[in-house]
Amino acid sequence: MAAQHDAVPLLGVRGLTKIFGSLTACDHIDLTIAKGEVHALLGENGAGKSTLVKMLFGSLEPHSGDILWNGEPVRITSPGVAKTLGIGMVFQHFSLFEALTAAENIALSLDDGSPISTIAAKARALSYSYGLPLDPDSLVGDLSVGERQRIEIIRCLLQTPQLIILDEPTSVLTPQEANRLFETLERLRSEGKSILYISHRLEEVKRLCDRATVLRHGKVVGHCNPREETASSLARMMVGNEVKAVVREPAEGVETAAVLLEIRKLSRKPATPFSVPLKDIDLDVRAGEVIGIAGVAGNGQGEFFEAISGEVQQPDAASVRIRGKDAGKLSITGRRLLGAAFVPEERLGHGAAPGMKLSENLLLSRHATDARSFLGSGGTIKSAVISGAAQRIIQAMDVRKSAPDPEAASLSGGNLQKFIVGRELDRKPTVMVVNQPTWGVDAGAAAHIRQALIELARSGSAVLVISQDLDELFEISDAIAVMHHGQLSKPLPIAEADFETIGLLMGGAEPGRTEHPLEPA
Amino acid sequence: MRLELIKRPQRSALFSILSPFIAFVLTLVAGSIMFALLGVNPVSALHAYFVEPLSQVWQLHELAIKAAPLILIAVGLSVCYRANIWNIGAEGQFIMGGIVGSILPVTYPEFQNAFVLPLMLLMGMVGGAAYAAIPAFLKARFNTNEILTSLMLVYVAQLLLDWIVRGPWRDPKGFNFPQTVQFSDAATLPELWPQSGRANWGFVFALVAAVLVWLMMSRMLKGFEVRVLGSSPRAGRFAGFSVGRMVFFAFMLSGALAGLAGISEVSGAINQLLPSISPGYGFTAIIVAFLGRLNPLGIVAAGLVLGLTYLGGESAQAALGLSDKVARVFQGMLLFFVLGCDTLIHYRIRLVGMTTPKLEPASKLEEVH
Repeated sequence: MAAQHDAVPLLGVRGLTKIFGSLTACDHIDLTIAKGEVHALLGENGAGKSTLVKMLFGSLEPHSGDILWNGEPVRITSPGVAKTLGIGMVFQHFSLFEALTAAENIALSLDDGSPISTIAAKARALSYSYGLPLDPDSLVGDLSVGERQRIEIIRCLLQTPQLIILDEPTSVLTPQEANRLFETLERLRSEGKSILYISHRLEEVKRLCDRATVLRHGKVVGHCNPREETASSLARMMVGNEVKAVVREPAEGVETAAVLLEIRKLSRKPATPFSVPLKDIDLDVRAGEVIGIAGVAGNGQGEFFEAISGEVQQPDAASVRIRGKDAGKLSITGRRLLGAAFVPEERLGHGAAPGMKLSENLLLSRHATDARSFLGSGGTIKSAVISGAAQRIIQAMDVRKSAPDPEAASLSGGNLQKFIVGRELDRKPTVMVVNQPTWGVDAGAAAHIRQALIELARSGSAVLVISQDLDELFEISDAIAVMHHGQLSKPLPIAEADFETIGLLMGGAEPGRTEHPLEPA
Repeated sequence: MRLELIKRPQRSALFSILSPFIAFVLTLVAGSIMFALLGVNPVSALHAYFVEPLSQVWQLHELAIKAAPLILIAVGLSVCYRANIWNIGAEGQFIMGGIVGSILPVTYPEFQNAFVLPLMLLMGMVGGAAYAAIPAFLKARFNTNEILTSLMLVYVAQLLLDWIVRGPWRDPKGFNFPQTVQFSDAATLPELWPQSGRANWGFVFALVAAVLVWLMMSRMLKGFEVRVLGSSPRAGRFAGFSVGRMVFFAFMLSGALAGLAGISEVSGAINQLLPSISPGYGFTAIIVAFLGRLNPLGIVAAGLVLGLTYLGGESAQAALGLSDKVARVFQGMLLFFVLGCDTLIHYRIRLVGMTTPKLEPASKLEEVH
């Protein structure tokens, strides 16, 4: 397909291979991008997208294979080389200094010694001409995630690249912000710039991209025109087989069911200068229902989770009530003993200790609740019982692993997440609080986890899911509330919710509440 | 050119086990070079250093006397280091254990019965633990760096001991020598087999402590807590373990063991307080802890090896006229090589040329076509 283009393609990749130890992250990748083309790079987590992009941007050196730039073979040995060639990149995780202004952050990466005021003027002009308004003098710490992404994009555009690589750009945006980004990208395409667009959101790719390359397990499984494919045919290419759809039967009689998790006027002062304060959060989660909390990353979800889980305790004992008992002053262990279970956002280093075996990681969160079966007299550990329980969870959740009881860090993200969720489900908790249940998890595992959460709720537990993935929340929730600047909107029953309304709430336009002290005017 | 450490994707299990032995061999090689430079035949020097001190039974007793405090202290330190808490002040906790444990025999020398020795040992442990609680409190409350505070408190303890034996506790019948009264028999830690040598019950304490701490670390929830908080504190908090409480636990456990070592040394080997009661056991124990791979059973073996460096230093001084500072040099080299070997198990070295980023035509790649 690549060779059919008449003109010399802007970028050609032939047989690019990268090996890490025993893992072939990229295996003879072929790819061409024409001038003025928006090219999608699709693949599940761990398919090799990031490795490929890092080789194109000079952060990693390939083992073998060629990169052709305007038909000429080149070696991209560092990001500096990539920039000189005309390759720019906008990373998924921003590298910005919060205490500096937008213009200062841009100046740091330009490294050409021109005064800040010149850069600020250029950045302002460029940002308005591309419809991404940005005040170069504002402090990054005060900006929303969407605005921070604009800085990254402007910083990239100031280097007048011919190829722009965008890594999961919409994962941190509200639907409205994403729309604005697409307009900018279409404008760039009309100017003849090429874009390599990495995403796992198939609808976006269908809408925006001219061609797509699909990766699976480090290999190219196909090139296609996404506009001619359906979302499910693209998903099949990515996953390799049909993903089971999540089944959610409407919850019945929930309105009258007992409130198992009750949050009343929960407030929290910011722990660090850049963390988000929580303001008067009220929420009820009843037996049998799944409540979703949407919101753009960094709007207080992490702080909220810490306060609910008891990793940080509240001065007001009644601000968190579990099964009708005041739990605000209880530690995480005390709250677990009341029947609550928690799954944090970070898997390695928070939900699991990376260097420890799965059986030890089972003990990690359940040493108090299952003390009777896991611990002997005087606090001795009953390894055999715990290993048995770990095997039970591994089977129930279909955790794929290389050894009988491997270290947590050796599992792929999806399999470890299945284990961590399964570890809590195995207890049959009355209240389950999950932060980003399927972040970075492949589609098959994500469907499994979502189904398990729905089933837990239907069996009579209260489930609270915090997620940035709106598709996920619409798939599993009975009602969705939105967190913005540390405040929580009223939960909207799923029947009344749509992307538009939730998106507006995520952007801060909540009906009835107008004060937004942190929002720049 | 510059050196870079690159993390290895996998670490070799074989070399993890071999590492202390490789370090020991490298120490011997480097030691031979040092002896040769000093103008001594390296073979006879190493013989005098490592073989002669083990040739007679009474010398094995001496080895037990030297190894006992090293093992006791290092076992406690291993718990601290596993918890990622850096107690460098075991020397001070050792001295405080010696001082507090000596309160009874020095101030009430007439109090002589079966209770006096257990009480002394207990007070020694309390003294060491209480002294270790100071850096623990400062870290938990004010987030101070425990490396600095615990180290500085060593000098406080050394000077306190110096003052106390020259001042209030000086033996009135001691001809003005800076020393306390000799302890009564009831206050003396008994020898194990008096027929063959001087080794006392301190060595048994060390072995019992090593086994108990090993059981705790490998079989009990408390040991699990130590390992989780040490390797990933955030996961430890999620498990419901408290970092602050762990700081106190680890410091006070290692302080108590160092204190027990201190009072055992004073009551058993020295039998009185002197201006200096330790040839740096508290610092050498840090090497013992790492040479034993922070495993209490490995620490028993490592304690014997380091105990030997003390004896070898004395022996080399007698036989070859070398300075007893040679022992310190050996200990330093051993720690250096142990840490070096451990680092190279996790990382490999890469030489990086200082190239400036520039466009290179891919000449090599073109040849492939």
